[in-house]
Amino acid sequence: MDSVVLLQRQLVDYTAQLFNEGFLDDQFNQLQQLQDESNPDFVVEVVTLFFEDSERLLNELAKALEQQSIDYRKIDAHVHQLKGSSSSIGAQRVQKVCIAFRNYCEERNIEGCQKCLQQVKNEYSLVKTKLETLFKLEQQVLAAGGSIPWPMQ
Amino acid sequence: MAGGSMENAMVGGGYTDEPHVLAVDDNLIDRKLVERLLKNSSCKVTTAENGLRALEYLGLGDEKRTALEDNVSKVNLIITDYCMPGMTGYELLKKIKESSSLKEIPVVIMSSENIPTRINKCLEEGAQMFMLKPLKQSDVVKLRCNLMNCRS
Repeated sequence: MDSVVLLQRQLVDYTAQLFNEGFLDDQFNQLQQLQDESNPDFVVEVVTLFFEDSERLLNELAKALEQQSIDYRKIDAHVHQLKGSSSSIGAQRVQKVCIAFRNYCEERNIEGCQKCLQQVKNEYSLVKTKLETLFKLEQQVLAAGGSIPWPMQ
Repeated sequence: MAGGSMENAMVGGGYTDEPHVLAVDDNLIDRKLVERLLKNSSCKVTTAENGLRALEYLGLGDEKRTALEDNVSKVNLIITDYCMPGMTGYELLKKIKESSSLKEIPVVIMSSENIPTRINKCLEEGAQMFMLKPLKQSDVVKLRCNLMNCRS
């Protein structure tokens, strides 16, 4: 029983840390609340979609910023998508960079855009790693026979 | 279903328990989210990734096929994102309100941006409600209440 409690403690602490550091916001809690016995993998499914979609968008953004003639409208459209999906899963830091990114698009500021692309790639990479760790911790709790104490915030 | 009430006789009627919602959004993650939110509120859900697909489903595509009237009579609510490439949610709203067969179906607009002029524009064009994204379960509960009220 001890190991389950320990693992649960680890999970709770790790989650709290992610919220405190601004990686996740309340929208992530909303996702957790949508998960139940009939949809036990909902959060992982949505987050996985987010990973796939974000990677596609980041590739498109990189390509768009390498063009001779920059299509700011196209870039803005991609960033708008990324902003939307990150907001929908609660990936707050990614969302915040997207807001700044859109402002630079509006100003047609190429350097600002390039800086934001780098930043958003970093933030995406960070939240991806952290969410993967979170899911791993959840799996450990479940494997040890414990249950996930949602919501944790 | 016993106890046929007035509500059942109205457009899209026959749903007392499970309204059929058509959700339109170009963002894959948002489609999945809105679908789950609606299903959790006992709705049947059909999703569409853009306005054209939505209109096709509703029977207003290029080919007006009477077979699709089935879809029309079954849809009790349309919820659509505002910002979509091609046809915006506002344009979709207009097309629906201009259609004699569809204009009675309530349309809800969602947007991540809280812009009063945008909201007013949609409400003036006949949108039932405007909702801010990201949607939460409490928003959908509110939506269902609103939908029930407009039926009585």
